[in-house]
Amino acid sequence: MAVIVFAENWDGKFKKLSFELVSYGSKVAGMLNTSNVILSIGDVENEELNKLGDYGADKIIKVQHEKLKNLDNKAYTSVIAQVAEKEGASVLLLSHNNTGKALAPRLSVKLKAGLGSALIQLPASVKPFTVCKKVFSGKAFAYITIKSDIKILTLMQNSFESVLSQNNATIESFSPELDEGIIKTEVTDVQKQTGKIILTDAEIIVSGGRGMRSPENWGPLEELAELLGAATACSRPVSDEEWRPHSEHVGQTGKIIAPNLYIACGISGAIQHLAGVSSSKYIVAINEDNEAPIFEAADYGIVGDVHKVLPELIKSIKEFKSEN
Amino acid sequence: MKVIVCLGNVPDTTTKIKFVDDNKAFDTTGVQWIINPWDELALTRAMELKEDSKNTVDTVTVITVGLKEAEPTIRKALAIGADDAIRIDADPKDAYYVAFQLAEVLKKEDFDFVFSGIESSDFNGAAVGGMLAEFLDLPSVSAVSSLQMDGSAVNLTRDIDGGREVISIQTPFVAIVQKGIAIEPRIPAMRGIMMARKKPLNVVEPAEQEVLTGFTSFELPKSKPPCKMIDPENVKELVDLLQNEANVL
Repeated sequence: MAVIVFAENWDGKFKKLSFELVSYGSKVAGMLNTSNVILSIGDVENEELNKLGDYGADKIIKVQHEKLKNLDNKAYTSVIAQVAEKEGASVLLLSHNNTGKALAPRLSVKLKAGLGSALIQLPASVKPFTVCKKVFSGKAFAYITIKSDIKILTLMQNSFESVLSQNNATIESFSPELDEGIIKTEVTDVQKQTGKIILTDAEIIVSGGRGMRSPENWGPLEELAELLGAATACSRPVSDEEWRPHSEHVGQTGKIIAPNLYIACGISGAIQHLAGVSSSKYIVAINEDNEAPIFEAADYGIVGDVHKVLPELIKSIKEFKSEN
Repeated sequence: MKVIVCLGNVPDTTTKIKFVDDNKAFDTTGVQWIINPWDELALTRAMELKEDSKNTVDTVTVITVGLKEAEPTIRKALAIGADDAIRIDADPKDAYYVAFQLAEVLKKEDFDFVFSGIESSDFNGAAVGGMLAEFLDLPSVSAVSSLQMDGSAVNLTRDIDGGREVISIQTPFVAIVQKGIAIEPRIPAMRGIMMARKKPLNVVEPAEQEVLTGFTSFELPKSKPPCKMIDPENVKELVDLLQNEANVL
């Protein structure tokens, strides 16, 4: 028996969500009285792998393979399943990010294991194995019982606090078998944003809606984001009008985010928008319409013209930064 | 070329969510049902591919797992332009069950690729497309925001954390799509609605399959404390609250 955590790396490095996953895995392993085994695929130095030990990894399995440089869903599924079988996995844990969403469903079929996806907290019980997830795009929660022997879980980013727990994790290598011709995808081009904070990783997000009135008005919003070390986002009408790139659209059909602070500037707060941002720990709304639904979701609100309020906010943040 | 688009039948995204039966079941009273938003974008892209004469797509088939109540949603997809539809006559119990049923039918179909929306707006499982690919033993690419064709060569754009990758793939495959694959979902025109009535909607019986998961209960979020309003003339107060109350600066 074991809990297996798939820890993705980004150019050989782990990030906050990796440590959240390892911590979550450690807690679940505790509930099941078993060990927390981490699987890393790709080129990661042992020094970086050892960081996972600090969050409660008991053992780290490292897989390096020429064919696994890029994410191919079939090949990765095969490798993770081989490790799960070798270790006698009872729980397999992945992030509910793009990679996790690509792999967890395939693993569910391959291992005939029930899937509990987009989890926001620890299992409510392990006998029966019951987990809680958001449903109806955040408008409700559901408790789901997983009946199969192996359970596959995906954890929402920024929903579980990582906990330091000094473990001396052992590192071992594993050579998977990869069938000839299993890989049918080829990555021909990679475009990466540079120098920008990734939206799904950001702890603070400053977002603009139609109330910004035109794409030329984004300067103060970007200035505020820069001051706060925040990522920038927008509502659907803004990306549909191509004022901002589609990659910035947060909401039901765009990105689902869960930062510590979400600052909504000139966003009325349509139900579909709230579905994407309601997991934020704190929401600030700036809008001139005091009846805008965003104020029902917000913790702090300012009724006023965003073009007057933003410069004031920037000034106050600058004062605050210089005092601290 | 034949494209399959998987459809989910979901409550309208503005539905007020309520539960009945001691919070064990979703209350469907008065609910308007729609095509799952991501599936609708997938269908829109499938229609664009079919209409562009540079491509060889000639048939778009929609498929769903659902009881008879799902038929208005399927007819809407036919009205948007799908050529024919398959309804597997079963209650969509969980993602594994749905993917299994889709796979059982699609194993017998000749197709080039399958579009599946990245998640459903009701249970947000983000699971059916990937499961279907594994049942069919086909390659899958997830978080796809663009599909371009050049003869039989297909290029997919996949979103990754902080960027995008272009992936070259041969048919057959499953593309699990998100926003970007199309921007505005297509709305059926009157002519399409008239034509949809005559298009084939084949109903097939489900295969035997156990379920691996079950909903035990539902809960509504706790109501949050009212928004603290701050005077626009005193923005400094907001900074104080963010620093000292919320602790997020």
